[in-house]
Amino acid sequence: MALKRITSPHTHRALGTGAVMRNVVFATLPGLVVLTYFFGLGTLHNVLLASIAAMGFEAAVMKLRGRPVWFYLRDCSALVTGVLLGLALPPYCPWWLVVLGSAVAIILAKQLYGGMGFNPFNPAMVAYVVLLISFPLQMSQWAAPQDIGGQTPGIVEALKQIWLGSPIDGYTAATPLDTVKQNSSLMLDALYLQDPVLSAGQFAGAGWEWANVAFLLGGLYLLYRRIFTWHAPVAMLASLSLMAALFYDGGSSQSGGSVLFHLFSGATMLGAFFIVTDPVSSAVSTRGRLIYGAAIGVLIYVIRIWGNYPDGVAFAVLLLNFAAPFIDYYTLPRTYGHKKSERATRKVDQ
Amino acid sequence: MELIKVWDIPGGVHPPENKHQSMVEPLGQIEIPPQLILPVSQHIGAPAKPIVEVGQKVLGGEVVAEADGVFSANVHASTSGTVAAIVEHVVPHPSGMRDTCVIIDTDGKDEWVALEPWEDYTQRDHDDVVKRIRDCGIAGLGGAGFPAAVKLNPRSNHTIDTLIINGTECEPYITADDMLMRERADEIVAGTQILARLLHDPERVIIGIEDNKPEAIERVRKAAEGTNILVVSFPTKYPSGGEKQLIQILTGREVPSGQIPATIGVVCQNVGTTAAVYRALRYGEPLVKRITTVVGEALEQQRNIEVLLGTPVHYVLDKHGFNEKKASRLVMGGPMMGFALPDTSVPVVKTTNCLLAPSKKELPPPEPAMACIRCGMCAEACPAELLPQQLFWYAQAEDLEKLETHNLFDCIECGACSYVCPSHIPLVQYYRAAKGEIRQHRIDKEKSDRSRRRFEFRQERIAKEEAEKEAKRLARKKAAEEAKKKLAEQKAAAPADAKPAPAEDADKQLAKLERLLASAQERLKKAEQPLTDDATDEQREKQAASIKQAELKVSEAQKKLNEFKASNIAKTSENKPASDDPVAAAIERAKAKQTMAPEEKLRASIESLQKRLEKAEQKAADAEADKPDMVDALKQGVAKLKEKIASAEKELAELAPAKSSASKEDKTSSTPDAAQAAIERAKAKMSMSPEEKLRSTLESLYKRLEKAEQKAADAKAEGSDKAEALQQGVDKLKEKIASTQQELDEVKPSTVAEETPQDPATSDAASLAIEKAKAKAAAMATMSASDKLRNQVDSLEARLEKSRAKLAKAEQENDDNVDAFRSAVTKLEDKLAATREQLAEHE
Ligand code: SF4
Ligand code: SF4
Repeated sequence: MALKRITSPHTHRALGTGAVMRNVVFATLPGLVVLTYFFGLGTLHNVLLASIAAMGFEAAVMKLRGRPVWFYLRDCSALVTGVLLGLALPPYCPWWLVVLGSAVAIILAKQLYGGMGFNPFNPAMVAYVVLLISFPLQMSQWAAPQDIGGQTPGIVEALKQIWLGSPIDGYTAATPLDTVKQNSSLMLDALYLQDPVLSAGQFAGAGWEWANVAFLLGGLYLLYRRIFTWHAPVAMLASLSLMAALFYDGGSSQSGGSVLFHLFSGATMLGAFFIVTDPVSSAVSTRGRLIYGAAIGVLIYVIRIWGNYPDGVAFAVLLLNFAAPFIDYYTLPRTYGHKKSERATRKVDQ
Repeated sequence: MELIKVWDIPGGVHPPENKHQSMVEPLGQIEIPPQLILPVSQHIGAPAKPIVEVGQKVLGGEVVAEADGVFSANVHASTSGTVAAIVEHVVPHPSGMRDTCVIIDTDGKDEWVALEPWEDYTQRDHDDVVKRIRDCGIAGLGGAGFPAAVKLNPRSNHTIDTLIINGTECEPYITADDMLMRERADEIVAGTQILARLLHDPERVIIGIEDNKPEAIERVRKAAEGTNILVVSFPTKYPSGGEKQLIQILTGREVPSGQIPATIGVVCQNVGTTAAVYRALRYGEPLVKRITTVVGEALEQQRNIEVLLGTPVHYVLDKHGFNEKKASRLVMGGPMMGFALPDTSVPVVKTTNCLLAPSKKELPPPEPAMACIRCGMCAEACPAELLPQQLFWYAQAEDLEKLETHNLFDCIECGACSYVCPSHIPLVQYYRAAKGEIRQHRIDKEKSDRSRRRFEFRQERIAKEEAEKEAKRLARKKAAEEAKKKLAEQKAAAPADAKPAPAEDADKQLAKLERLLASAQERLKKAEQPLTDDATDEQREKQAASIKQAELKVSEAQKKLNEFKASNIAKTSENKPASDDPVAAAIERAKAKQTMAPEEKLRASIESLQKRLEKAEQKAADAEADKPDMVDALKQGVAKLKEKIASAEKELAELAPAKSSASKEDKTSSTPDAAQAAIERAKAKMSMSPEEKLRSTLESLYKRLEKAEQKAADAKAEGSDKAEALQQGVDKLKEKIASTQQELDEVKPSTVAEETPQDPATSDAASLAIEKAKAKAAAMATMSASDKLRNQVDSLEARLEKSRAKLAKAEQENDDNVDAFRSAVTKLEDKLAATREQLAEHE
C-alpha cells in the first residue's frame, strides 16, 4: 500500500493567519465606536471605504498576478490595512483621499514589494505619510469632538462633504496636540482651561483620551489572545512616557505636555497596539522588538515637540521599519548551547 | 526524599495530548508474524554485517547480523525460523529508502538459543557488563537509537556527575514508556542502578517524568524507594523530552552547541533502554521486542503491545482493524516528530515507539502554506531560542551563510515552530533540506580544497620535473646534433638510417591518440548508462545530449587516430608491425637494420611498404562501405604510401650502381652507432614510459578539467540548463584524474625502486606494474565508490609497508636513494590519509 508522504509535524494549532488578522480587526472595534461617538460618522465611513478599496485593490493585483484571489483575500491582511488606514485618516475627508490612500498602501507599499510578508514598511503608514505630504490641507482638518457644544455633522451633510465636496461649516477644531504645540505664551494649566477641546476633557482632550483608552483595551485583548508579545508596545509607551516626563518642565508655557497627555492623545495607543505590533515590518527577536518599540517612542516625542507635524507616529514607525533589519542583525537571541548571543554579521567558516 | 530544582525551558507548546486512547486497555501481545524483516541498520551508526546464509535455520536470540565497530549494534532473530532472504527492503526511514534486511520465515515454535542468566549481575565487572550490553544489541529505544554501550564508556576527560533516565514521553499519543513504567518499574530501577554503577555512581541519578503520568510516577517512586534514585516530575510541555531540553530542565545546564551531554557531565538514557539493559544482564535476553503504542482513529483497537522486532507494520495494523480509507496517513513515531511511512511493509524496529494511524478528521492533511507574516509565534515556541522565521527566510533565499549565523544546526527539528505557525509553513521541512544542503556544501568545499592543494603540490612537482627533463633534453639534443652531423656525412649512402627517431615520436603520438579514443569511448559508455526509473524528462534529455556529444568525440578521436596512423605509415619508411609493444618492435627493427646493407634495407622497406599499401587499399575499400568519414584519410594514406614506394625504388635504383663506391668502413662504424642509440633510447623509454605516459595523460586531463570547470561555471552563471551536464563532465574528469594519479603513483614507486640497479629485470618490473595497474583499473570499473576507496586504502597500506621496508633498508645501507624513498613514503602516507578521509565521508 502506498501512502502519502507528509513531513512532521503532523498536527497544527488551530489559529491561522486569517484568524490572527480577524482578531486584529475585532480589536479595533472599541476604538472605532468611540471615535464615531465623539466625531460622528466620518471615521466609520473612512474605515468602510478604505477596507472595501483595499480589498478591491488586493483582489485586482492578485488577479493581475494570476493568483487565486479568494485564497489571498481570506488572509484578511488587506482588510487590516484598510481598517487601520481608515482609522488614521481625518473624518469627513474627501472620498478620493481614502481611495488613493488605499491604492498607495496596497499597490505601492505592499504588492510592489512582493505582497504579504515581504513589505518592509507598514502599508497603512506609508499611505498616511504619502497623503500627509501630498495633501497637507485635507489631512489636517480634524473634526471637533461633540462634547464641545457643537453637533457632529449629520449623515446627509457628511456624505455631501465626502462625496461632493460641499463643505460643512465649522465642524473642525484644532487637535490637542496642535494646541499644545502652538502654545507659546500660556502655562499649561491656563491652556487646559482656555482651549475648548482640552477643557472639555480630563487630561488629553475631549474624545481623544477616550479613543486612546478604547484602543488600549483592544490592544490588551490581543495581548491576552497572544496575537503578539508585549515587548514592542510596552517599550514604545515606556520610552514615550520617559521623554514626556523628562521634558514636562513643570507645566510651563514651553512644556511639551504631561506624560498622560502624550499617552492618551493623538495616535499613541492606535500606534502602540496596532501599528508598532505589525509583525511584518518590525524587528523579529524579543530584544529587537524592545529596541524597535523604544526607538519609536522616542521618535514620536521628538517629532511631536520639535518636528513640523503635530503627530509623529507614522514617521517614527516608518523610520524604524527602515532600521528593523539592522536591529535584527545585532539582536539575535542566545541560542541553546551557546555562551552568548551571536551577531548575524559574524563570519562562519563553511 | 530530596527535592531538586526543576528549571523551565524557553518556548515549547501544548498540543492536545491524546494519550488516554491507548491506555484504556492493558499491555497486549500479538501472535508471531509469518515473516520477520530485520534491517541490519536500525539506528544512526554503522550497519551490522549479516552472518547467516539464506536457507539457514535460526533460533530465537541468535545473532543474524554482527555489529561492525563501536557505533553499530548486533541484530538478533526475534524468534526461530529459516532465513528466507537477505535483500534490500524498504526500511523505516523518512525517505522511504531501502536497506539490507535479513528476512526470516518464522516456524511458530519460538525455539530459543540457550540464554545465560547472571544471578550475580551486580557483581560483574565493568567490561563484562558493557560487553553483554553490546552483545545483546541494546540500542536507545527513544530517539535516534544510538547503541547504548557507547554512552556507557565516556571518555576519560568527561566526569559524569549526573545520570538522567528519560521517562518524559512528551509527544502526543505515545504511551509506550508510560505503559512500561507502570508495568515494569522494578526493571527500570534495576537497570538504572546498573547504568549508575557503570558510570561510577554519579552524584545524581534522576528519573525524569512529565507530570501528566501520575500513575507511572507513583509506581517508579515506589520501586525506587530505598535507592538513591530521584524520581522527578515536571510540568508537561512539548518538547521537554528532547535530550537537551530534559537536561536543561533537570540540571539547568545546557549542552554546548555541537557537543554531547557527556561534556557537561551528563549521560541520558531512555527508560525503555534501561529496562532492556536490566533484562540483558539478568537474563541474557537480547533486544528482540519492545513496547509500541498502536493508536489512531483509523484503527478499531488502540492500545500498547509488546511486539517482536521485525514484525511488518501491516501485520500489526491488521491485528488492530486498520481502515485504510479512513486514514489520513500512517506515522511511525508521534505527530510532532514522527515520519509518515511510505509503505506498510516496513518492519517494527528498535526505535519504533508508536504507530499512529490517524483519521482524516483527527489529523487533517496540511493546509496550504501562506506567506510568513513574521508574527514571531514560531520564535516564541522554539525551545532552542532560534528565530525560525529568519531561518525560513534565509532557507528560501538559500543564504547558507546566514543560516549558519542564525545557528540552524542548533535546531532540534522538534516541530514546535511549524505547529504554531499561523501560516501553516512546513518550517522543519525547510530546515532539514537546508541542513542537507549545507552539509553537502561543506563536503564539496573540503573536497575541492583538498584537490586544490593536491593540484598545487603536483604543479610544483611537475614544474621541477619539467626543468630536469628540459636539461636532459638539451643534453640529448646536443648529442643528437653530433650524431646528426655524423649521419649527414653518410646520408647519401644510407638515408634511411636517420628514421628511427621520428618513428619513436610517432609511437608516442599514436599512444596518445589511442588513449584519447579510449577515454572518449569510456565517456560514451558512461553517458549511455541507463538512468533510473524515476529520472525526469529533463534528465533524459540531458543524457541524450551528452551521449550525442560523447559519440561525436569518439568518432573524432577515431578519425584523428586513423588519420595519424595513415600519415604515419606514409612517413616512416620502415615496416611498423601492428605489434602490441612498439618499443620491443623498434628494438627488433633497429637490430635488424644493424645487420642489413643499405640496399637490402631499401629492398626490405619497399617490400614492406608494398604490403602495407595492399592493406591500406583494402582498408580504404572496406571503409568506403561502412565508415565514409574515414575514407578520405585512408585514401590519402594510400597515396602517400605509393609515393613512398616510388621514392624508395628510385633510391634503390640510385644506390645499386653506386654500391661499390660507397665506403664500407664508414657504414660499419657509424650505422651501428645510430642503431645502438635507437636501442638505448627504446630501452630508456621502456623503463620510463608508463610513468611518463601517465604523466602526460594527467597533464592533459588537468588541462581539460580546467576548461571543463570554466565552462561549467559559465553555464551555471548563465543559468544554462546545460550546467548540470557540464558539471557531470567535470566530476567524471575528476574521477579520471584521481584514477590516473593513482595508477601513476602505483607505477612510480616501482620505478623509483628499480631505477637504480640497471639490471635486466627493469623491463619486467615495469611491464608488471603496467599489467597490475591495468588489472586494477579493470577491477575498479566494476566496483562501487566506497569499495574502490576501501580497496585503495588496502593497496595503499600494502604499498606503504613495502616502501617503509625499502626505506629502512636503504637507510641502513646508506643508499643514495634514501631521499627518494623517504619522499615516496610520505607521499604514500598523505595519500592514505586522504583516501581514508574520503572513505569515511563516503560512509
Ligand atoms: S509563525 Fe509562521 S508566520 Fe509567524 S513568523 Fe513564524 S514562520 Fe512566519
Ligand atoms: S524545529 Fe527547530 S526552529 Fe523549530 S522550534 Fe524546534 S528547534 Fe526551534
